[in-house]
Amino acid sequence: MSAYRGKYADELIANAAYIGTPGKGILAADESTGTIGKRLSSINVENVETNRRALRELLFCTPGALQYLSGVILFEETLYQKTAAGKPFVDVMKEAGVLPGIKVDKGTVELAGTNGETTTQGLDGLGQRCAQYYAAGARFAKWRAVLKIGPNEPSQLAINENANGLARYAIICQENGLVPIVEPEILVDGPHDINKCADVTERVLAACYKALNDHHVLLEGTLLKPNMVTPGSDAKKVAPEVVAEYTVRALQRTMPPAVPAVVFLSGGQSEEEATVNLNAMNQYQGKKPWSLSFSFGRALQQSTLKAWGGKEENVKKAQDAFLARCKANSEATLGKYKGGAGLSEGASESLHVKDYKY
Amino acid sequence: MFQSKKRYLEKGQNRHLEKTPTPFGSSAHYLRLIIKPLHCLRTILETNSFLTLSVLSIHTHRSITKSSMASASFVKLNASSSPWIGQRSFNQRPGSSSRSPAARVSVIRAGSYSDELVKTAKTIASPGRGILAIDESNATCGKRLASIGLDNTEANRQAYRQLLLTTPGLGQYISGSILFEETLFQSTTDGKKMVDCLREQNIVPGIKVDKGLVPLPGSNNESWCQGLDGLASRSAEYYNQGARFAKWRTVVSIPCGPSALAVKEAAWGLARYAAISQDNGLVPIVEPEILLDGDHSIDTTLEVAERVWAEVFYYLAENNVLFEGILLKPSMVTPGADHKEKADPETIAKYTLTMLKRRVPPAVPGIMFLSGGQSEMEATLNLHAMNQSPNPWHVSFSYARALQNSVLKAWQGQPENVEAAQKALLTRAKANSLAQLGKYSAEGESEDAKKGMFVKGYTY
Repeated sequence: MSAYRGKYADELIANAAYIGTPGKGILAADESTGTIGKRLSSINVENVETNRRALRELLFCTPGALQYLSGVILFEETLYQKTAAGKPFVDVMKEAGVLPGIKVDKGTVELAGTNGETTTQGLDGLGQRCAQYYAAGARFAKWRAVLKIGPNEPSQLAINENANGLARYAIICQENGLVPIVEPEILVDGPHDINKCADVTERVLAACYKALNDHHVLLEGTLLKPNMVTPGSDAKKVAPEVVAEYTVRALQRTMPPAVPAVVFLSGGQSEEEATVNLNAMNQYQGKKPWSLSFSFGRALQQSTLKAWGGKEENVKKAQDAFLARCKANSEATLGKYKGGAGLSEGASESLHVKDYKY
Repeated sequence: MFQSKKRYLEKGQNRHLEKTPTPFGSSAHYLRLIIKPLHCLRTILETNSFLTLSVLSIHTHRSITKSSMASASFVKLNASSSPWIGQRSFNQRPGSSSRSPAARVSVIRAGSYSDELVKTAKTIASPGRGILAIDESNATCGKRLASIGLDNTEANRQAYRQLLLTTPGLGQYISGSILFEETLFQSTTDGKKMVDCLREQNIVPGIKVDKGLVPLPGSNNESWCQGLDGLASRSAEYYNQGARFAKWRTVVSIPCGPSALAVKEAAWGLARYAAISQDNGLVPIVEPEILLDGDHSIDTTLEVAERVWAEVFYYLAENNVLFEGILLKPSMVTPGADHKEKADPETIAKYTLTMLKRRVPPAVPGIMFLSGGQSEMEATLNLHAMNQSPNPWHVSFSYARALQNSVLKAWQGQPENVEAAQKALLTRAKANSLAQLGKYSAEGESEDAKKGMFVKGYTY
C-alpha cells in the first residue's frame, strides 16, 4: 500500500489544509500541569485547577482573537474543561472555527549510552486515547521529539529513534481521525552557527520524512512543527532575512509539497523575534509550496501572562496583549507584519531557557 | 559519529586480515597495484570527504591483497595506518565546522562546483524545453539503425547523431542532450565537434556514465547498475570534454517484486553516482526506471514508485547531494503494459503528480520524464496533462524513442532525406515543448506518432 487511506482520510486532508489557512495559525496552550505551574509561579499564581482554567479561559475568550487562529493545542485536562459560565472550551473553539488539538506524548526519557539525548514516550495505548480525544472534539494531535546539537549530537541513534517514534505516532493518529503534527525540535542551545543548525535540521527532517514514508503516513494529512534555522543561543544573532533564507532552504530540501503547512515552534525566541522571523519567511522569494505559519506557546502568551498577573482586574489588559500578538502573527503569515505590535512589557524579552524541559 | 567511524576502521582492518597475501607475478600486475591506490590517493585529495576515504580504504585493500610487498612500498592507505586517518583534518570545505577526530562531520553539500551545478540544472529546466536523449550504447544504436536497414558502423552512428544535433533551431525546444561516450568525443563529417554543435545551439551536452545493468545476485532475478569504479576520473574527463550533466539509468521491476534488496541497491547506487558527479562538475540526472513490464494496476505502480523515491531521496541526503543541482528522470505512474485497463492522460497525470508531491522536495529544479515505451503522442499528451497547473518543479521530458522514432522513419539512411528527418525531429520537439507549457494539441498528429513503442523485456 502506498499512503494509508483509512476512513478519516478526506477529513484529515481537509483539516490539515485548514490549519494552514493563510492568516491563521496555532496557539500552543498544551503545557503540562508541571510546566504551566512554572508559568504561573513566574507571576506568583498558585498552580491549582481553577487558576489553570482561568488562564486558558482568558486566552480562548479574548474577543476577536480566535479569528486569527486555526487551531489550539490543549493539554488533556483542558480538553474537558469549561468556561466559568459552564461552556466547554471545545465548543467555544468550534463555534469560532478553531480546531481543538491535543498533546498526546508522555514526555521524554533519556537514551542510555548517549550524552543526554532523549526519546519521547507515549505509544502504548495511544490508539485508544486518540479515539477518546476525537470523541471529545479534538481534531489534531501533537507529539514533541527533542534533539540537541553538540560535538557528537544529534547521534544517528537519537535521530532514528525519534523519527521512528514520530512516524508511529503519526500513523496511529491518522487511524483515529487526528491530524498528526510532527514536531522534531532541535534545541537552540549551544554555540553553533547557523550553518550547523541548517545541516542538522536537514538531516533530521530527511530522516523524519523517510520514517513517515516507510510507515505509510498520508502526508497530505499531516503538518510539520520544526524549529526555525537559527544560530545557537550562545552564538551571534543574524538578521531575520538570513533566518528566512536558511529555514526555507532547509524545508525546500526536505519537505515534500504534499504536506500542506509548516507551523513553526518559537523555541525560546522572544514574541517579537518569532513574529519578525515568520514574517521574513513569508516575504522570502523562493519556492514555497506549503503555508508557513505558527504554533507558538511562549511566544504568544508571555506578555499576556505578565499583564494578567493572576488578577481579575487585569484580564482586559491581558486579553489586549494576547490579541495584539495573535494579530501580529496572523499578519506575519501573510508577510505583512510591520513590527512593534502593541509592544507591551515582555514582548521583546527572550524566552530562552537553557536546556529547556517541557 | 566517533563510534561509527571506528566501525569503518574495524571493517577495513578485518578485510585486510581476511585475504592471504600471495606473491605477485608480472610487472604489469605490479604497476596496476601502484596506479590504483595512487588514483585513490588523488581521489582523497580531490574529494576530501570522509565517506570516500572509508570506501577507498576498503577498495585499497582489495587492490593490495595480492601482495604485501606492493603495500609496503607506498603510503598505506588502510585502516591500520592511523597516522593518515587520525591526524589530518580533511574536511576543509568552506563553512564547515572545525573538526577533531571525534566530532560529527558537518558537510556543506557539493563542493567547488555548487554554483555552476545549480545554474546548469536551472538552464536545463527552463520553460518550454526538455532533453533529447541520444545516449544509446553502440549495441542499442545498432538496433535503431537495423530497423531502417543500416549497418551498425561508426560512420552510420556518426551520420545519425550528426543529423540530430545539427538540426537548425533545435535549441528552441531542447535544453540538453544526453550523449554516449563515443559521440561526446566525435566530430561531424565537417570536422566540427559534436559538443560544439550543441553549445552553439544553447543546448547543454550530457553524458551517460553508467556501465549498464547486470544480474543482482541474491535477488528475485533483478538487475543492478554498474559504473562506480573510476567514475570520478571519468566524470572529470567528460567535464573537460564539455559535458555538464550526467545520466545513470537503473531499473526496478514490479513483476519481480521489487525486492527490498533491489530497491536499496538501485537507490544507493544512484546516490553514490550523484555525489561523485557533483564533485566533478556534472549535474546528475537521477533515473530509477520502474519498468512498464507487467500486468499490475496503476495503484501498484504508485506504491512502488513512492517506495523507490523515498529510498532514493533518503540516500541522496545521506550522501550530502546538493538537491538544487540535480535533475530527476522518473517513469510516469501508469498501469503495467499488460494490465487490462489503459489509463487516460488525466489519470496518469494525477497519479504521477501525487507521487511527485509526496516524494520530491521543492529544491529539485526539474523533473524530466522518460518515455519508456509509450508512443510519441502518448508521451506528449501525458506531459501536457501534467502541466495544466503550476508545479513546484519544472516538469518536462527527457525522451529518446519518443523523439527519434519518426526521425528514423523519415531518414531511412538516405542523405536526401536529412532535411525531412530534421523537420520530423523539430515537430516532435516542438510538440513536447508545448506540452511542457501545458499548451499542446493533438490535432494534426500523424498515425506513426500514435504507435506504441513498448517492447517486452526491453533491454537498452
